[in-house]
Amino acid sequence: MKLIKPLLLVALTSLSLAACARYNGEDRGKPVMPSQTNAKWAAECSGCHMAYPPGLLPAASWKKVMSGLDKHFGTDASLSAVDNKEITDYLVKYESNRWTSSAAPLRITDGEWFKHKHMSGEISAAVWKRPSVKSPANCGACHSGAEKGVFDEHNIHIPKPDEPEPNK
Amino acid sequence: MFSTFRLSHLLACLALAAPLMASANPILDGYKAETKGTFSAAAGEKIYHTVGPKQLACASCHTDSPKNVGKHAKTNKTIDPMAPSVNAKRFTDAANVEKWFKRNCNDALGRACTTQEKGDFMTYVLSVK
Repeated sequence: MKLIKPLLLVALTSLSLAACARYNGEDRGKPVMPSQTNAKWAAECSGCHMAYPPGLLPAASWKKVMSGLDKHFGTDASLSAVDNKEITDYLVKYESNRWTSSAAPLRITDGEWFKHKHMSGEISAAVWKRPSVKSPANCGACHSGAEKGVFDEHNIHIPKPDEPEPNK
Repeated sequence: MFSTFRLSHLLACLALAAPLMASANPILDGYKAETKGTFSAAAGEKIYHTVGPKQLACASCHTDSPKNVGKHAKTNKTIDPMAPSVNAKRFTDAANVEKWFKRNCNDALGRACTTQEKGDFMTYVLSVK
C-alpha cells in the first residue's frame, strides 16, 4: 500500500495532464501576459504592430522570431544586440506555460489553439478581409483588450463590413 | 545707457541665433561632419518618394507628406508624423534614427543608405513645415 499510493498519484497526474494537453499540446499560456511587462518589449514590438503577449508562443518560437528580426515576415525589424537579448529573455521567461508540443511555429496564427478558436467556421473568411481587420495578426481589430493581454469572450467586437478602421 | 545697449545687443544676438537654432539638429550635424559636404532637401524628397524593389517607398507608410499621420502598409498600425515641425520627438535620439534608417532603407530601397542620403533625407523632412 505504501508503494501503491504514490504510483496511483503519478498515474492520475499523468492522466489528467494528458487530458489537459489540448490542441495537440499547442496551447497558449495562462495567463498570457505576466503582471510585470517589459518596457523595451512594449516599446520596440509596438513600433510596427501590437506587442504580442509572451504567452502566445513557446520559448522555441520566440527564439526563432528574435534571431531572424532582419527578415521579420518580409520586413527588416532588426534591433541592437543589447535590446534583442533583453526582449528575448523576457519572451522566453514568460513563454506559454501550457505548450507541451515540440512544434515551434513562427506565427502565432499557426498555433493549434489559434486555429481551433478562429478557423473552425465561426468566423467567416470575409471577416478577415475587412479593411478594419486586414489580417489575423491584427488582434485588436476584434479583441478590444488585446494590448493588455485580455482575449476573453466578453471583450470581442467583430467590426461590421463598412466599419471604419479604429484609430490605434 | 549701458543697460539699454546690453539689452539691444542681446536682442540682436537672439534674432540672429533663433533661425540658426531652429534648423540645427545634432544628428544631422553628425552626418554633415562625416560627409564634409552639403545636403539637399530636394534630393531627400526624391528618396522619400522612391519606390524600391518591394514596391515600397517611404511614402507608402508615411503618406505623401512626412507631416501626416501614417499607417503601416502591412499591419495598419498608426505611425506618428515624422516631421519634427509637427512631432517634436522626431530626430532627437541618434540610436533610434539609425535603427530606423537601417530597417527602412532595407525595406524601401532594398539596400543600406549612405550617410549622404541620410543627410539629404533628414534635411528634407526637417524642411517640411
